Amino acid sequence: MSLITPDLGLLFWMLISFGLVFGILAKFGFPIITRSVASRREHIESSLRAADEANSRLAGIEAQAQKLLEDAQARQNEILKQATANGERIVQEAREQAQVEAARELEAAKQQIETEKRKALGEIRSTVALLSVDVAEKVLRQQLGDKESQQSFAMRLVEEAERAEQGREA
Amino acid sequence: MKMSHILKSIVLFAGALLLSLSTAVPAVAASSADHAEQSAEAESEINVQEIIFDHLNDSYSWHIATVNGHHVEVHLPIIAKTDSGWKVFSSKHLAHGHEYEGLRISTSEKYEGKLVEVAADGSESRPLDLSLTKNALALLINSTIMIVLFLICARWYKRRPEHAVPGGFVGMMEMVVMYIEDEVIRDNVGPDYKRYSPYLLCAFFFILINNLLGLVPVFPFGANTTGNIAITLVMALCTTIAVNVFGNKEYWKEIFWPDVPWWIKVPIPLMPVIEMFGIITKPFALTVRLFANIMAGHTIILALTCLIFVTFAMGVGIGTGMTIFSVILSVFMLCLELLVAFIQAYVFTMLSAVFIGLSRQKHEHGEEHHSEEPKALEE
Repeated sequence: MSLITPDLGLLFWMLISFGLVFGILAKFGFPIITRSVASRREHIESSLRAADEANSRLAGIEAQAQKLLEDAQARQNEILKQATANGERIVQEAREQAQVEAARELEAAKQQIETEKRKALGEIRSTVALLSVDVAEKVLRQQLGDKESQQSFAMRLVEEAERAEQGREA
Repeated sequence: MKMSHILKSIVLFAGALLLSLSTAVPAVAASSADHAEQSAEAESEINVQEIIFDHLNDSYSWHIATVNGHHVEVHLPIIAKTDSGWKVFSSKHLAHGHEYEGLRISTSEKYEGKLVEVAADGSESRPLDLSLTKNALALLINSTIMIVLFLICARWYKRRPEHAVPGGFVGMMEMVVMYIEDEVIRDNVGPDYKRYSPYLLCAFFFILINNLLGLVPVFPFGANTTGNIAITLVMALCTTIAVNVFGNKEYWKEIFWPDVPWWIKVPIPLMPVIEMFGIITKPFALTVRLFANIMAGHTIILALTCLIFVTFAMGVGIGTGMTIFSVILSVFMLCLELLVAFIQAYVFTMLSAVFIGLSRQKHEHGEEHHSEEPKALEE
């Protein structure tokens, strides 16, 4: 049957057609398509890789910025703490100084009071001495007979002296 | 977008089917008329077998249609080397069994439908017949279409900046090309697939385009090219050459000195003989698979179309019923044939790639030993 016997003429034409197709397309057809797809794939791959790299680099930069920010904040805190401490110290110092000053002034005042007191005591002493002399004089002058009258007299004299003292002081 | 492509092609083929039916009407009617001339008593009889074999076989003229008893056909050139030198003339001189320049189309059983040289005593012999037959012309047309298609695609890439991504037609072609290269060629051939990829892609698209255009029923398509054994034989021989010429040492060692017990190969070279048979059966299987599949598809579609005319000859009622049935089946068969067109091209390419891959295997034994060693260590 001719269906299953290959015909020579057709073999010849098939060789020519397929040879032509293969000759042209193996050189100018398929390699161009496959090559450009391969190069595109490579390009996409390398672009993806570059994007990944850029992303990771960006992440690094972000981390760095974060770190900087944190450092700055830490330093700010430190400075603030230091400033507070400084302020406190200054206030403390001032307080202490004021206390010292006050103490000194108090001391000075005390001393002054003491001297005033001493001065006053001295005056009192001299006044008492004078009064005692006056009293003695008067007692002696009266020459009192009995003990009781002497005593009352002496008392009266003292009262007089005190009154005189008070009047003088006033 | 892909769906719309598929829908479009389905609509196209449905249209093509309608066209085929409309062209088939006068053709079959005419053939019945021819028959009427030959056998007057069987006026309405349709010779389905003849119609089918006329289509499946090659011919010297391309019959397009018959209108009112006139054959509309393209007479193709006869090119033959006879004893008296080269003869080139139009085949219209040979129509209706006429003899021209000592040549005629034989009606004898031995050379039926072939060009023969008639000797003085009336005996027939085959000249060196390189006539541009229907299949030869269809091959040239399909090849031209294929070359143009892929050169258009290649030009697209050349004219665009590097890394441009095509859309539309070029994008579709790229998708198919890359699918075949990645899934079929690279996976099966192995590391040096780049060397074989142009041939395998050529084979795939040559078969696919011939298969698909063979399904288009209007001139200048519809020839039964890939359903012709001469054509599939050439394709299979190309694969055989690719396998055996570029096969490496490992491949030839597997054929002549395979890893089997010595007694199957030393006194009587049993295994080498079997392996040699393998070399022959591989292209044979490739040839017959493609040829038989496509031929069967054409036969079924033609038979279904003829069914309409056969049943109309029986009566209008049964004819109408069978027409609906036949058209539905034909649409189904054409869709199936679309699938077969792709599958056969795919299978041919894949088997070729596998055969080439087998002939390029390297260090298989080394790898086996390596994989066994760790197991031994574990034990």
